[in-house]
Amino acid sequence: MGEFAQQVINGLSLGSIYALIALGYTMVYGIIQLINFAHGDVYMVGAYVGYFSMTTLRLGFFESLLIAMVICMVLGVVIERVAYKPLRNSTRIAVLITAIGVSLLLEYTMMFFVGAAVRSYPPLPDYLTGSFQVGGVTVGNQQVLIIGVSLLLMAILQLIVRRTRVGRAMRAVSQDADAARLMGINVDNTISFTFALGSALAGAAGVLVGVYYNSINPLMGILPGLKAFVAAVFGGIGLIPGALIGGFFIGGVETFVSAAGQSLYKDAVVFGILIAILIIKPTGLLGRNVKEKV
Amino acid sequence: MAHPAPQASGPAASEQADRAGETLLSVDKVTRNFGGLSAVSNVSLQIRRGELVGLIGPNGAGKTTVFNLLTGVYPPSHGAIEFTRDDRTRDIGGMAPHRICAAGIGRTFQNIRLFKDLSVLDNVKIAMQANVPYGLFAAMFHTPKFHKAEVEIVDRSMELLGIMNLADKAGAQARNLSYGDQRHLEIARALATEPTLLLLDEPAAGMNPAETSQLTDLITSLRERFKLSILLIEHDMSLVMRICERLYVLDHGVVIASGSPDEVRRHPKVIEAYLGEEADV
Amino acid sequence: MKKGLVSFLVKAVPLLAAWAIVLVLINAGIVTDYYLATMATICINIVLAVSLNLITGFTGQFSLGHAGFMAIGAYTCAMVTMAEPSVLGFVGGLLGGGVLAALVGLLVGLPTLRLRGDYLAIATLGMAEIIRIILLNQDATNGAAGLSGIPAFLDWNWMFFLTVATVWIIANFLHSSQGRACISVREDEIAAESIGVHTVRSKVLAFMIGAFFAGIAGGMYASYFYFIKPDLFGFLKSVDILVIVVLGGLGSLSGSIIAAILLALISTALQPFPELRMIIYSLALVVIMIFRPQGLMGSREVSLGVLNRFRRREPAVATASAAPAIRRDDDEEVV
Repeated sequence: MGEFAQQVINGLSLGSIYALIALGYTMVYGIIQLINFAHGDVYMVGAYVGYFSMTTLRLGFFESLLIAMVICMVLGVVIERVAYKPLRNSTRIAVLITAIGVSLLLEYTMMFFVGAAVRSYPPLPDYLTGSFQVGGVTVGNQQVLIIGVSLLLMAILQLIVRRTRVGRAMRAVSQDADAARLMGINVDNTISFTFALGSALAGAAGVLVGVYYNSINPLMGILPGLKAFVAAVFGGIGLIPGALIGGFFIGGVETFVSAAGQSLYKDAVVFGILIAILIIKPTGLLGRNVKEKV
Repeated sequence: MAHPAPQASGPAASEQADRAGETLLSVDKVTRNFGGLSAVSNVSLQIRRGELVGLIGPNGAGKTTVFNLLTGVYPPSHGAIEFTRDDRTRDIGGMAPHRICAAGIGRTFQNIRLFKDLSVLDNVKIAMQANVPYGLFAAMFHTPKFHKAEVEIVDRSMELLGIMNLADKAGAQARNLSYGDQRHLEIARALATEPTLLLLDEPAAGMNPAETSQLTDLITSLRERFKLSILLIEHDMSLVMRICERLYVLDHGVVIASGSPDEVRRHPKVIEAYLGEEADV
Repeated sequence: MKKGLVSFLVKAVPLLAAWAIVLVLINAGIVTDYYLATMATICINIVLAVSLNLITGFTGQFSLGHAGFMAIGAYTCAMVTMAEPSVLGFVGGLLGGGVLAALVGLLVGLPTLRLRGDYLAIATLGMAEIIRIILLNQDATNGAAGLSGIPAFLDWNWMFFLTVATVWIIANFLHSSQGRACISVREDEIAAESIGVHTVRSKVLAFMIGAFFAGIAGGMYASYFYFIKPDLFGFLKSVDILVIVVLGGLGSLSGSIIAAILLALISTALQPFPELRMIIYSLALVVIMIFRPQGLMGSREVSLGVLNRFRRREPAVATASAAPAIRRDDDEEVV
């Protein structure tokens, strides 16, 4: 029982990171139906920004988190404006290929500047590194930090999407971009804003992953990015609550597969789940079926 | 196989003529809901062999939805669609579109759906795929059997294009055709699947009066030539009144009237549905 | 069929000449092993690109798992030839790998090809990752270290023959009724269904044929470079193949061939700067998509024989844009 509870805590902290990344995927998909392959790499950039902010600039954890979010936000908007916007009327394949191109460009440009070597993340201040016992379960302060920061950001996101003007615009555009335009919504700005939000969350996730795994490298965005995407699909892509459920589910699955001694296969299991969902219920847990209009 | 050829009017044709009048398509109380809203409800209609029937109604009445139900784009929520071919009657409601096509229903689309980047000829050749006599091996290794069959496919396609006055444009890219020619090509493509029932979704949309009148003649001649039954959706009342033997009028997803053009024209519900438009009717 | 004979010769003569010239140059020692390795890479990439183009360019199904099929072919061919080091073993392993890849393609394609394009991309990517992870964790495949000392059978003759045969068979397929059905799926799935095309079957068929030849390419790789490991067949390999197809033009076989050659040359030139290579590749993807999404060739084709251009101004594949295509298949025989 103690072992199980321990794994749940571990799964929750990993899952909250996946959920943060999955939110970006799902928001972008919801609004322009694009699988933004570069999203995982935005999160990698966030991890590096956090790293340099903590080492070179000697800033604290929370300041670094904020800087990473801001820089990723700008990066996300630039990517959208430069690479995706010109393709608004192209085929889905064209946009998807562009997204893959942007993803590789971020990875290898980063590698060009910082080298391919793995770097270990700077140590956190003492009050964030300890751990405490709750009913026989060891909970790291770090885990509390990751879960706490994630939940806080998700709550803020929910507020923005539900309670603000721009959030309403986002929801309107994702329903029907043309109708939204007719109602006077600036669709381009709304899309950019969506990228900004998603990328900021990814930036935060990058720093949190650096803390969680204690190591970063230029290709670190690929796998977690894909898994976060699986999470988004699992919950029902385009749906914000779906991304949360999916993130925690994938985090949990991965933790338990590793705990069962099959850590070599944990990625294969996640992709197996993806294929299974696509076969059984491609719209995801919370999704509804929509048929193309003839 | 030799179906589109005019000389096919041999014994098979007279046999079909004998059977004229038997019910080909029977739609029985079909309803289709989209998330709580019913696009069509309790629609019943019959088409007898060789008939030319019109389906009219104001915009948004559910006409195209009826076509989509008949061709399997989506299944009916309730009700049955029975189609008879070669003395076999079966419920085609909810069958996959390609199977319905194979059963003998061909269609065109209101918002033209050609293979725009392909040549006019290729558009028709693709539609001949159901009856191709060669298999995958012949396709990959281009055996003599393949070549023989391909020659025949091209001949038959060219013949159809000739009937639709498109023979000289066979090599053009479909997207470069005029609007009227694109509609003609869609009909040629549908004919290539050798249907017994042809569904035409606003065939005259976007045509000028001269073209419409030409199309009217063409539709009647196609019916003769291919022993077709035709169901057509059309807004151009002159066309509908001239060639349709019977009409169904759809409004808000319900059949509000049916009968001969004259009967329908005078039907109070129809006049009401069309409101200011009765002058056209 | 006299015209057919002319057409055949027009295509066959330059091919045979190319084959013979290289053969002479190899025997004369002018084409060294280094150049031959580059040519092997080109041939393998042509097979990969042409087969992916069938799936993505012609049938419109976006697959990101081509390297996975290649891995199946490579490992099958390697393990069979290591157990049975003879030409028979090589041919058996090659074909076995192709068939196995096609079967996996069927297994993955049947459920996922019903989905919309971008879901398929992710599903195929996931499949390729699963294949790689399985290969990574098996004793029989020697894990991450991979297999080495695979008996080498793939000489210039084999390379040439396999590449030409692949292009020929895929081009033939695209000119057939089954191939046209695949193209119609790309053009408009709903219209294709309405004229009786069984769209799922067409997609699965294209996917299986593409997977088969990716498997063949894997076998070619294993046999020529006699060393394989799972990491060679990761996501980046799939992207490599995609870059070739996109650069050459989605829907153009000759475009794929030209791009495979071009990129091999660029790659060789960039060999000293591996980091730059990937930056250039990725920039190329983005820039092509924004400024020339149709790639070098669009969906047009270059005919092999120069004579063809005088005989009729018409590309060789069913996607032909301006094709006075009457009786085309009659006089279009081999390659």
